[in-house]
Parts: sequence; C-alpha cells; structure tokens
Amino acid sequence: MPEINGSAHEVNGTNGANGVNGANGAGPRPRSLTLVPVTSVKQTTKDFKSDQEVRWCPGCGDYAILAAFQAFLPELQVPRENLVIVSGIGCSSRLPYYVDSYGLHSIHGRAPAIATGLAATRPDLSIWVITGDGDALSIGGNHLIHALRRNVNIKILLFNNRIYVLTKGQYSPTSEQGKVTKSTPFGSLDTPFNPVSLALGAEASFVARTIDSDRKHLTSVLRAAADHKGAALIEIYQNCPIFNDDAFLPVTDPSTRDDRLIRLEHGQPVRFGPAGSRGLRFSRYGSLEDVDATTADESSLLVHDAHAADPSYAFALSRLDTSDFAHSPIGILRSVERPSYDDLMNEQIAVARERQGEGDLAALLAGGDTWHVS
Amino acid sequence: MTRPLRIGTRASALALWQAHHVEGLIKALPGAPRVEIVHIKTEGDLRTDVPLWALKGKAFFTKEIDRALLASDVDLAVHSLKDLSTLIEPGLELAATLTREDPRDALLSRNGERLADLPRGADLIANTDEFTKRNLTKVGYASNPLEDGSLSAYQLHALPITSMTVKALEGFEMSRKDAERAKNMFSLGLLSWLYNRPSEGTVKFLETKFASKPDIMKANIAAFRAGWNFGETTEVFSVQYEVKPADDLAPGTYRNITGNSALSYGLIAASQLSGLPLFLGSYPITPASDILHELSKHKRFGVRTMQAEDEISGVGAALGAAFGGSLGVTTTSGPGMCLKAETVGLAVSVELPLIICDIQRAGPSTGMPTKTEQTDLLMALYGRNGESPVAVIAPSTPADCFRTAVEAARIALKYRTPVVILSDGYLANGSEPWRIPELSSLPDLRGEFSFAQGHEWPGAGEQPEFLPFKRDPQTLARPWAIPGTPGLEHRIGGIEKADGAGTISYDPDNHDLMVRLRQAKIDGIAADIGPLEVDDPDGRAKVLVLGWGSTFGSIGAAVRRIRLAGGSVAQAHLRHLSPLPANLGEVLRSYDKVLVPEINLGQLALVLRGRFLVDVISYNRVRGLPFRAAELAGVIQEVIANA
Repeated sequence: MPEINGSAHEVNGTNGANGVNGANGAGPRPRSLTLVPVTSVKQTTKDFKSDQEVRWCPGCGDYAILAAFQAFLPELQVPRENLVIVSGIGCSSRLPYYVDSYGLHSIHGRAPAIATGLAATRPDLSIWVITGDGDALSIGGNHLIHALRRNVNIKILLFNNRIYVLTKGQYSPTSEQGKVTKSTPFGSLDTPFNPVSLALGAEASFVARTIDSDRKHLTSVLRAAADHKGAALIEIYQNCPIFNDDAFLPVTDPSTRDDRLIRLEHGQPVRFGPAGSRGLRFSRYGSLEDVDATTADESSLLVHDAHAADPSYAFALSRLDTSDFAHSPIGILRSVERPSYDDLMNEQIAVARERQGEGDLAALLAGGDTWHVS
Repeated sequence: MTRPLRIGTRASALALWQAHHVEGLIKALPGAPRVEIVHIKTEGDLRTDVPLWALKGKAFFTKEIDRALLASDVDLAVHSLKDLSTLIEPGLELAATLTREDPRDALLSRNGERLADLPRGADLIANTDEFTKRNLTKVGYASNPLEDGSLSAYQLHALPITSMTVKALEGFEMSRKDAERAKNMFSLGLLSWLYNRPSEGTVKFLETKFASKPDIMKANIAAFRAGWNFGETTEVFSVQYEVKPADDLAPGTYRNITGNSALSYGLIAASQLSGLPLFLGSYPITPASDILHELSKHKRFGVRTMQAEDEISGVGAALGAAFGGSLGVTTTSGPGMCLKAETVGLAVSVELPLIICDIQRAGPSTGMPTKTEQTDLLMALYGRNGESPVAVIAPSTPADCFRTAVEAARIALKYRTPVVILSDGYLANGSEPWRIPELSSLPDLRGEFSFAQGHEWPGAGEQPEFLPFKRDPQTLARPWAIPGTPGLEHRIGGIEKADGAGTISYDPDNHDLMVRLRQAKIDGIAADIGPLEVDDPDGRAKVLVLGWGSTFGSIGAAVRRIRLAGGSVAQAHLRHLSPLPANLGEVLRSYDKVLVPEINLGQLALVLRGRFLVDVISYNRVRGLPFRAAELAGVIQEVIANA
C-alpha cells in the first residue's frame, strides 16, 4: 500500500523510477505510467475480470470494448490495485463493475471531475474514465472540456452510440439532426456535436477515434493513449443493437467501410477508398478535400502528422466526419506533448518546499502580528 | 411600608430620562423598594441670564444635587458622565456606572448600515471633498446635509480628507488620482489616533502588502501618518478614546484572525494532524473565495488547491481526492451548495470523508452576496434526494472557525461521512483576537481512522473476501480502502449497495436496512460530541436562549445586558446541528420558555419542534445583518416578562 502522507508524489516517484523499464523485461514504460508501480506478477485477461455478471443487452458493442480493454490491460504491467476506473452514468458507465480493479461508478457527467481530484493527488495510479455521449457531451460537457484543457493524466473512453439508452431511447448530443425518438417524434432539432472536434477545440493533447468492432485498432489506440502523459480522449463508435442499431453501418459494413473510413497512421500518406486510390489535400480555405490519389500531384497529398503542434490540421481532419459518415477518420488525430496538470501541481509543491522548507504549523498559526496576555 | 428610595435629578429631559431609566432598573430587581423621583434645581438651571463661562466656580449642574445627597434629602443621583466633577465631594461615592446603551459610536459605511443606526451624539466624520454639487445631485439630495443642519444630532466633523491626502503626498511621484486613492489610509490614521490604536501593525501590514511596490507603500504609510498627525495636532475632536485591552482574555499569545483565515488554518491543521494531504476543489464565490486564496498560498504544507470549472467539479474533485486517501474539501456559498448537492449525495452513498464549507450569504438565488444569513441550515440538513444524512456543524465566532474545521475533519475521517460546515459572511470577514493554540492541545486525528489493509473481514465463503461495506461495530463506518492497497480492489458507486459486500443491490429489505444504517451512523456521532452546555449562572432562569452559528456574539451580549440589569436568563449555543447533542431534548424541557433567535425564518426552530415537540419561540430577522444586542435584549426581556 502506498504511503499517503502529503508527499505521495515523492514516494511514488521512487516507484516510478523502478518501473521505467518494465519488470517483465518488456519495452519502455508507457509514459502515462512513469510514476505507477510495475507489477512483478505475470497478468492475464482473467486477472481483470471481476466476479460480477456482465449485464449489457445481448449484442451490445460494450462487450467488445470491455473484452478488448481487459485483454489489453496486462500489457501495462500495472498492479491491479493501482488501476482505477471512474465512470459516470449510462450503460457504458457500468464497466467498472466488470473489471477487477478499484472502481468508482459516480454520477451523471461528473467522472472527469472526480477523476481529476484523484489524478491530482495520486500520480501512482493509472486512471481510466469510462463515459458515453450523453454523459460526457451533454450533462458532463463542462467537466470533459476542462479536464482536456488541464491535461489531467486520465484516459477517457467515450462510448458513442449516438443515443440515450439507460433512459430508453431519447436522442443524444451526437444523434444526427432529425432523429426520430420518443422525445423527438417529429425529429430532433439540434445540430450534433462532433466529439473529436470538440476535444480539439478544448485544447486536448491526445484525441483518437476507433470502433468497437475493430479490436486490433481499438487496442492500438488504447496502447497509444496509455503512452501519452496527460489527458487522452478516445471516441469509440459503439453500436447499440436495441435503440440505435446499425448507427455505424456505413463504417463497419465491409461493402462501404473502405470508402468511408480514413485510417490514420502517423508519418504515413493518408489513403483510403478502393485500393487506396483516394487521398486528402488542403483546399484554399484550410479544409481538407477528397482527391483522386492516382492522378493528383503526390507532393500535394497529405501525410499524417499526429504530432503537429498546431491543432488546426487535426481539426480539419475531424471536420471530414459528418453525421452521414461521408468520411470518417479513425486512429490518432492528435498526440502532442504538454505537461500534465498533476505533474505541474506536484511540481509547485516541490518547489515551494524547496524554497520555503516544509510547512511549520506552529509558525503558520502564530502569523506575524501577535501579543501576549499574562 | 419601607421608605421609598429617592432619586435626585435635574428636571431637564435628558436628566429625567436617565433618572427614570435607573428607576426601571431598580424596580426590575427582586424585592425592590418603591422609587421616588425628586426634582432639584441647580445653579445652571436658574442662572439663564448669564453665559456659563461668565459664572464663577464650577459644577453648576451638580452642586445642589450633591448638597441634597449629603443632607439625605435624596438617596442617590444620576449624572451624565460629562457633568461630573473630577473630584467627588467627600461623603459621596460613585456607586455604579451603567453599561452604555449602544457601544457603537462611529459610522464607516460602505453600504447597508444606515445613519439612522448610529446613536445620536456619535462622531460623524465626513469627507467634504465628496459632497460636491454633482455628487449630491446624483444621490438625490436637495441640499448639502453637512450644511443644512440635518446632521445636528451628531458630532459632525466635516474634513476635506481627499485634498488633505493629496497635499500630504505632494512629495511623491504620483498622479493626483493615485494620491487620492490613499485617502482611506489617511482616514485610518485619523481613526487610529482617535481610538489610540498602535500604528506599528498597520505600518508593518502596508510594508508587507506593498513590498513589491515601494512607492505605493511609502505613499500609503505617509497618508496614514498624515491622518494620525492631523488628529493629534488639530482640535476637531473633543475627545480621544482609548480602547482598553479586554481584561477577560485567558493568558496566552494572541493574534487577530478572520473566520475564513481561521477556517483555512483549521483545514491545514487537520491535514497535519491526520497525516493526510489536503485537497481543495473550489469555484470562486463570495464570501467563500478567501479560503481558496488562503489555502493556495500554503503549498509547502502539501496543500493542493484546484480552481474548478464549476461548483460541481469542485466537490467532485474533492470526492475523487478523498477516494484516493486525501482530506477532500470543497468551499462555497449557498448557490454553490445547490449545485454540489448531488455529489454530496454520492459521498453519503459511497461513505467517504468529505468536508463541505458553506459560507452562507443572503438568498434565495444570488440574493445579497456580501450580506450574512443563516438560511442554509435546512438545505445542509436535508437538501438532497433520498434519505441522505450528513453531519453539520457551525462555528460561533471567527476564531471558532479553526476548531470547527478540525472537528469537521475528525468526524469526516472517523465516520467516513460528508460534514457540512455552516459558516456565514459575518464570521468569514469578521475578525477577533484568537488565542493561538498550543499544537499539543490539538487532537491527534491519526488515532481517529486508518486505511483498510488486507482482508480484515473474511466473508462467509472459503476465500477471504474484502467487504467494502462491512461496518465498524462502534462507529458504523465502513472501511476506507484506498487505491494502491493490494487485495482490496472493489467497486463502489451511487447505486444502492448490499450491506457488507457493497455490490449492487435492489433488494427491498437491504435498502431499508442501508437507509437506516446510514442514518444510525450519523445519529451515533451524538455520543462522540459531548452534551450541550448551558450557561445559567444563578440557576433561576425560566427562559433559555438557544442559538447556533454566528449569532453567538449578539445573543451573548444581549444575555449579559439582561443579567446586568438583574434579570435571569440561560444561554446555550449549538455547534453540532447534525446530529444534535444527546441531551438537547432534556435541556429544552427544563425551561419554561425557549427562545431561538435566527437570521432566517425559523429553520432550527422547525427542527427542534419536529424532533422534540417543544414549542420554542422563534425570533427572526432576515435583513442580511447580524442581530443587535439591544434588539435581542428587548426580545429576551419580553419573553421573560411573559414567562
């Protein structure tokens, strides 16, 4: 058990130092985990399954995400006790019950705020936030954008099924305009959010998108998120077979997906469509346009740079994704280095102690201006 | 029949008022004799043809009365202090000095306090530079009150404070506008002289405050000194007051402290005493922001402060920190309390320690942010969905905020519960001398809790199993198992939990049990807080005045007035509002009448009536201002008269 005595970051810093190179002799420690202890125990998927019966609807995309997540966790070599999953309210937010770690199933929309307090005080933990489109973008929108802007060292998995499910099928902030639901029998009026655009606008340092049914891709994105120090937002297209079935069919159906999905790889030319025949290039106004890669000037075609300092490029990429899935970029849209909130907070404490010494309670209480009564 | 007690007095309106006032006080005493008022004419009354200065001798208004006393024509006389000779006639003595009707004698009003609240005859300092035609028109005055005699009831000191300040700062390299800004320091210097206050503290304060701006610092100090010197050199003030050191202070080292500073220090102390790092999640709001400011200074104590994006995030982050083993705190005022309610409910459900400081202000809604009120009591007690009990405690004075914070931490940590501290704007910004506590006198909070470790409570099965809601039989607190502790991995949340195991449960009987257990845990704290102490010095009181929170000062002053006038009244003050002290019902029933003054419409009274079926009498004023002692004394007197 870690020492929690007001100098947790120092104690845990030592742990981190031991763990820079994984105890199991694996590759370098993921960067979000440098202060997190390394387990010496060989872990398997089974170690991260709790004894609770998983109770999502049959066919729910959440099963696939949970399975991919549990299978990925052993890679991190994080002791189970140092793994914390915080969630809000919604179907996705039940996930913490199914993982044998520390878990906090909180209240609607507040998971990023709660996780921020935990991350700011416990840099020795690997903290994952599980949320949905209603939880993160509607009732909890404020907490999401501020956690991203602060760059708190948490990984946010946003299960986007474009519908409210726990409340039985109202439209969500990501539902397409005109959506007919119980609460909008004449069609919804609101323009939807694009979660990736929103996150980029909120100064997120890591933004990615993946799909529940593509386990390999999902896992690669989780891996990249864990290797990012700071806040990571991962939008996961997640199918709800009950209230919004096949919402993502254009990007999952083998007959259409290759035309729609734009798989982003850092440093690689962006190609999609039949036999990779399509490419992207910047228009005069800064937006990206779909061009025939076979005829276009090679040098004008886009090569993906996830580390571009200016988020305008990632934003332009994110705008390709319209609610009808004309194009849907997946992968890591943006991943840039920026000090994390918890690191900066702990640094201020360390500097204050270095300059002024440890706090002296008696001196604090006495203050400067006293008098004596005898 | 005994001889009446004769009071000799002049027949002037003031003298007669004084004499009748004393007559009333004497009559209120048990077994008081009859009282007669005897009118005596003095030389000063008779010789109206000559100005006083032309008369020979002295004591023109008292000599004849002294003679009557010496001749036993009267038994006592009542004089204004100003009329008394410096030497008392042999054979006579100054038997008693009455307490002043109202201690306030100066008005420094930014807003709210009215001139009408100032006793007549008090000193009134006006900055004539501001009484321009333009300003007078702005406030709708037809004529200048400094000149039209409308302030004749006061000792008016009309001084060109702004121009004097500017003149005093002539040697400084600064604009006239900047120089004008130092006029408050000039005024402070003048007041410091008037009240004989030492100036070192102020000078030192200015030196520290403007350490990085030496010019501003020097100018402010110069203005302060100029004000002081003006008071000393000129003769606009007929009197100079000396504030005597309070003689009822216990020995020790003292400092001045505001409620918000004391609360901040209490939280830091609680962190040190518990060995837990302090985390504050807070959104700025008047009048609570100063706690965020204060705590943000003390990083070397390992204090982490987060200025959150909103009130909900502030409490959410504090709860997250508490989940991780920190001392989680959030600070706010009424509107923020509304927003935090859901998260406080989560803290009740997951049973984690959390401190919520509500610095109450006038509501509803935005209300009057800078004005004080006690209107959040019922919200603190009940303002959440479901049966959602929390501990609630209220400091009674600015300095008391320190111990209240430590006590809040003790209860939160020991019982794993949210604790609401109900301070208010009056305490937050009010300051008072505080005897700095010895560290050894503070409670060791390490002994009040421990983090769960290992499998402390084997389950029913063969495998030892961690049960996150298996309670301590004494405190009913659940184990606080923080992340990082191997083997205690568990999942908790706002959904109802099975007793013991903490897994999701919709079982009806389990829910009923959990609802009762959560309440029983809070109720059980009553055994841990000590009984309510009643101040009833002569044991004859039939009336108890019961207060809570910041009304302590005014209730105490009112009670002292009653007692000085010979009346009997008991006083008690509640620090713990949830749970209430175990002996409260007994205390309430042992008095004929219980008066509950509150700066709300009777919130504690509602609770007391509901809990104890005692017909308490409410006295309520919701003006955004503290009670006045004289006002409360009148109310108490009335209740005594009807008891």
